[in-house]
Amino acid sequence: MLDAGTGREPLVRVRDLKMHFPIHSGLLRRRTGAVKAVDGVTFDISQGETLGLVGESGCGKSTCGRAILRLYDITGGSVTIAGRDVAHAGPNELRRMRPTMQMVFQDPQASLNPRMTVARIIAEPLDEHTRLSRAEKTARVHDLMDRVGLNRAFANRYPHEFSGGQRQRIGIARALALNPRFIVCDEPIAALDVSIQAQVVNLLEELQDSLGLTYLFISHDLSMVRHIADRVAVMYLGKIAELSPRDDLYADPLHPYTRALLSAVPEPDPEAAAASSRTILTGDVPSPANPPKGCNFCTRCPSVMDICRRIDPDFREVAPGRHVACHLYDTTQDGRPTAAPIPTRQGETP
Amino acid sequence: MTDRPDHTDDVPVAGNEATPVPFNPVGAAQSQRLIEAPRSQLRDVWDQFKTHKGALFGAGFFVFILLAVLLGPLLWPLEPTFIDIRARNSGPSLTHPFGTDQLGRDILARMIAGGRTSLAVGLTAMALALFLGTLIGVLSGYFRRLDGILMRLTDLFLALPLLPLLLVMMLLFRDSLRAAIGPETGIFLLVVLGIGVTSWMPTARIVRGDVLALKEREFVLAARSIGTPARRMITRHILPNVLSPVMVSATLGIANAIITESALSFLGLGFPSDYPTWGSLLRDGTDYLQSYPERVIFPGAAISLTVLAVNYMGDGLRDALDPRIRGR
Repeated sequence: MLDAGTGREPLVRVRDLKMHFPIHSGLLRRRTGAVKAVDGVTFDISQGETLGLVGESGCGKSTCGRAILRLYDITGGSVTIAGRDVAHAGPNELRRMRPTMQMVFQDPQASLNPRMTVARIIAEPLDEHTRLSRAEKTARVHDLMDRVGLNRAFANRYPHEFSGGQRQRIGIARALALNPRFIVCDEPIAALDVSIQAQVVNLLEELQDSLGLTYLFISHDLSMVRHIADRVAVMYLGKIAELSPRDDLYADPLHPYTRALLSAVPEPDPEAAAASSRTILTGDVPSPANPPKGCNFCTRCPSVMDICRRIDPDFREVAPGRHVACHLYDTTQDGRPTAAPIPTRQGETP
Repeated sequence: MTDRPDHTDDVPVAGNEATPVPFNPVGAAQSQRLIEAPRSQLRDVWDQFKTHKGALFGAGFFVFILLAVLLGPLLWPLEPTFIDIRARNSGPSLTHPFGTDQLGRDILARMIAGGRTSLAVGLTAMALALFLGTLIGVLSGYFRRLDGILMRLTDLFLALPLLPLLLVMMLLFRDSLRAAIGPETGIFLLVVLGIGVTSWMPTARIVRGDVLALKEREFVLAARSIGTPARRMITRHILPNVLSPVMVSATLGIANAIITESALSFLGLGFPSDYPTWGSLLRDGTDYLQSYPERVIFPGAAISLTVLAVNYMGDGLRDALDPRIRGR
């Protein structure tokens, strides 16, 4: 349906996912509202694909990733992974689904228990879901350490004895232990040095090729997403603003927010940088507890129209494989656009 | 190595910790002999514990006291209740190294017997308080539903005045327990229960605070994404990480229990007066403080030094159990 590029059945199917966190206030701790961290997100990821999820801090990227793996009890919507309903599974059923879906976390320091040795950390999924003997577990742990490029001799060390990049490799080895099909990478490189980032991203790509993994790659680093992702979803304030194949998105961003994000990426060539005009957004992101009426982005959008302040735009396919939630691409009854599409960014035109 | 393999091929390289292993990016086969054998955690802990001088002294002294109260009666066969009225009120001498009391009972023998009771009360009451405190702290920190009610319960216990409560407990249950399971065990149970039930609250609060912080750490989330159920989450990820504050509580708890028991004995509400504990020896000694100060000094020093030793030991143990501090 939404994966126009490939004809295969999607591995991950997310429909209208909502994750609202209640706000309690007052003397009686009554529920007075909700932070709409994720508010109606819909996408598919097909087998072997990498979907990049980008957006600024606080837009709900990480919450979205965690909600898909049911690390939170979601407010609404449905998530199907490998044909099984994750969103409404009971605790035991969910536990049996866990091996299919794993996660790599942002902060490799915080995501490893400081009191466990590397071998025990990597073996934890095996302890939980398999009945291997001790020797088989050790062999599997060593095999995983080889796969992620960790020296086997480090198996008895503790996480604090490693560098950031090595710790992230431990986290990746743990995520791989159960042969998952789908891995949510929650900003796996954000806490690493630039030199290490490339190593980890290349490792993730190698593993994807050799094991046929499917990634949801959450990041705020647009250039890294351009490198690794096949399709890119841009999130703003709990909603997806635009979802397009990578090359289309970077060459011709449709949503004004995508355009602003891309124009914020530093341009290494000074001449090109001088020639390009930056879209500089003013104001702050509205509070997800009290999003604006109409389009989420209407308070900061450079090409805002009247309709944007009244009606929330639908998330629609405007070109093959390209989805956008913006009134600029609305069509009237006779098929003409209501507003002329804005020309592409000047920096992109030759 | 206990069992030597027959063929030398399988013998792991000795002292291979320093053996440089070439870094292999993606899984080149490594020789099995270069892999360190799994290190024994106990050994690591002991190695670190040894480096802490105070802890070593503390442990040494504590072991000495334990041996003294357990094996002392074999080496010093005088009965703590044997009355030699002609030798009463004698100072330290070869026949009575710590002197005798006003009835001519040997104080060394009474110290040994009293130490056994005091240490037993201290260790058991500490274990009980620690168990209750950790249980309630973990439950209320981990399960949001239980938090309110358990913490209010903790507040309730904190608001109870300890000594009056113990006194009331003694008065109410002493006679019935004494009749049911004998005077000494009855009182022992009552004292241990009384101290244990009234001293778990600080541990519970500390543990709850730590669990609340730990619960938000990413490794707990990672365990959840693996599908680790709550009880293994607690035993594998939460408990080992709250070990440090629990350790500190434990050592302070032993000290506290010994002192509370002493206070009870001192008030004459603990064990019967002919049954020595360090606390009751101290109380008996105060009547003769001016003429025979050593009768107060010996039990007082025993209490203080034991408490000090246990505190140092706990300090060293806490450091040794933390892999981040270990090896520094």
